[in-house]
Amino acid sequence: MRAEALAAMTAELTTVGNPSSLHTSGRRARRVVEESRESIASVLGVSAGDVVFTSGGTEADNLAVTGLYRARHAADARRTRVLASSVEHHAVLDPVEHLGTAEGADVEWLEVDHLGRLRVDLLEKRLAEDPASVALVAVMWANNEVGTTQPITEVAALCAEHGLPLHSDAVQALGQLDVDASTVDSLAVSGHKVGGPHGVGALVLRRGLALEPLLHGGGQERDVRSGTLDAPSIAGFAAAVLASAADRPERTERVRRLRDDLVARIVADLDGVTRNGDPVDCLPGIAHLSFEGCAGDALLLLLDAAGVECSRGSACSAGVPQPSHVLLAMGMDPVAAKSSLRFSLGRTSTPSDVDRLLEVLPAAVARARRAGPSR
Amino acid sequence: MKVVAALSGGVDSAVAAARAVDAGHDVTGIHLALARSPQSHRTGARGCCTLEDARDARRVADVLGIPFYVWDLSERFAEEVIDDFVEEYAAGRTPNPCLRCNERIKFTAVLDRSLALGFDAVATGHYARIVTTPDGRELHRAVDPAKDQSYVLGVLDRDQLAGAMLPLGASFKTDVREEAARRGLLVADKPDSHDICFVPGGDTGAWLRDRIGAAPGDIVDAESGETLGRHEGAFAFTVGQRRGLGIGTPAPEGARRYVVGVDTGTAAVMVGPPVLLEVDTVIGDRPRWCGPALDTPLEGQVQLRAHGEPVDAVVAPATGADGAAQLVARLRERARGVAPGQAMVVYDGTRVVGSVTITTSARR
Repeated sequence: MRAEALAAMTAELTTVGNPSSLHTSGRRARRVVEESRESIASVLGVSAGDVVFTSGGTEADNLAVTGLYRARHAADARRTRVLASSVEHHAVLDPVEHLGTAEGADVEWLEVDHLGRLRVDLLEKRLAEDPASVALVAVMWANNEVGTTQPITEVAALCAEHGLPLHSDAVQALGQLDVDASTVDSLAVSGHKVGGPHGVGALVLRRGLALEPLLHGGGQERDVRSGTLDAPSIAGFAAAVLASAADRPERTERVRRLRDDLVARIVADLDGVTRNGDPVDCLPGIAHLSFEGCAGDALLLLLDAAGVECSRGSACSAGVPQPSHVLLAMGMDPVAAKSSLRFSLGRTSTPSDVDRLLEVLPAAVARARRAGPSR
Repeated sequence: MKVVAALSGGVDSAVAAARAVDAGHDVTGIHLALARSPQSHRTGARGCCTLEDARDARRVADVLGIPFYVWDLSERFAEEVIDDFVEEYAAGRTPNPCLRCNERIKFTAVLDRSLALGFDAVATGHYARIVTTPDGRELHRAVDPAKDQSYVLGVLDRDQLAGAMLPLGASFKTDVREEAARRGLLVADKPDSHDICFVPGGDTGAWLRDRIGAAPGDIVDAESGETLGRHEGAFAFTVGQRRGLGIGTPAPEGARRYVVGVDTGTAAVMVGPPVLLEVDTVIGDRPRWCGPALDTPLEGQVQLRAHGEPVDAVVAPATGADGAAQLVARLRERARGVAPGQAMVVYDGTRVVGSVTITTSARR
């Protein structure tokens, strides 16, 4: 966690006060929450009243997708279509799919090109077919696996043309890119991706946009989200957002150079390595690579044993590696998809980390190739 | 050595891994994901690849302080174990999927991958002993006769045995449970798994019917040739089975009738008195040797099913009509309920000599 976040969070943890209480301690905690809300809103380019605190990115995405669909469908029964990009994080993918199977929504997965970038031309056609039947559109700000950033401004313009709400999962983008939440109607962010605590996030929701709550109770957050506010986590989240906004230009430029160096050296040193995702419009810290003839999980094991930590696609709960839906949507075959690893660089990464990876990678790849690809 | 410990999420593999760590090996825990769509929870003692088991395995690795990964072997398991299981039943035989899994998955897919990745051995929680002699490694029965699993390892060949590590062979199960508790392994009280892990609910007959389809045929009296009834599929019957025949006609003098054979040509299930189950000659093919291959007759023992009693026998190599290598066992006393498809594991005392898949049995 960032030092600023840790300090803000620790200070709150050592005091008492429920932000919804009316007494002195409650008012003090409420002030911390509201100042945090204002900080986050200012960084995201929206009003404080637009920010709804949640338990994290997953809740924010679920609330947006399900809440918007239910409210829009209830107001006009013809609105049954949900259009979402085929490379969304599971926090969007799964609630959308659930709306299809459990609530009769007509789900349309939006195509991406081989770099993972949304085909705006195809979205335009789909929207024009029958805009009155669309409940919502969901397109993430930047992809969590391959790092490709999406043409959000263009998508937002198309949606606005037809008066359709656009939700964007910006969990990966916050702190890495210039995220102007006023571009979209609904935006999900999370604390732990910006050096804040886990377990806190926010849905930035344009006021006036009807949304049905998922959690019913005290109505603490605009009656859109219930649950006692976690003032320490919110304080830590806000401190991290401010700090990551302050150092973003310098930090992301440094990380981008480090990442480009890493990719260039790996591609120069090893045969059969392919870089996935958009090489230009991409999150600065992500290098997503396929190693021909390797099983990604075998390579991960060998690198882990050599002290280098990397990931296979997104972290998965069951532990059973499936080929990434993102890579499949980009047109990659399942075996190649399973030969891929994501190397993530961040605020604390150094050139010596990259050197270390380059030291151990050739032997690990050679060994993983001997063990054979995933089947 | 660098060792992969296969962690099922159960108590035996946990203690086996712990002992490998104690012995000074560099141990990595691997949980095998064998089910394509795992159930979330264990129901009773059935199954071994639920998400709960994966979590238990991970917690064992945490406690032991070793790295932990899940290897997805569900495709290979489906092809080599489940499909084979269905095909064998459809052909009128009674396969043992645990042997198949040990041969093709744990000590082929996992062992090969481990060796390729730079490991030296795969440790499992099987109860059997590996004894090193000047002539090489030998596989022996476990010390605990109630838990001995040398039968299900009887399909390993010499190379597979060379890569196996079995730390529990000299222990009793009760001691292993106590040791697990002492080590703070939370799986100490977990029930033993039995039944077939990929048949949810444990109704193998219904599970097979869903996959093979109804294949009705007659139930025929093996002695008189009289048709006694109909069945929905011969795969629901195993040689030696008595219950669930659903025959209306009583046998003379109320004698019990057993399944004594399946005629795959006519789909007839043959039933008869228990004496027809008794055999003294068992023949099998596809020999597997975990030591030197048998080239002269051996005065030893054979075991004809998991948890079966060993039977004294003379076992000799032979050649089948099709030229394939066989083993013929002449039993010193008659055995009952020998089902084609099961393994006959040959022992010389406690030492496993090898195994064959039973093709035929007869009474002289």
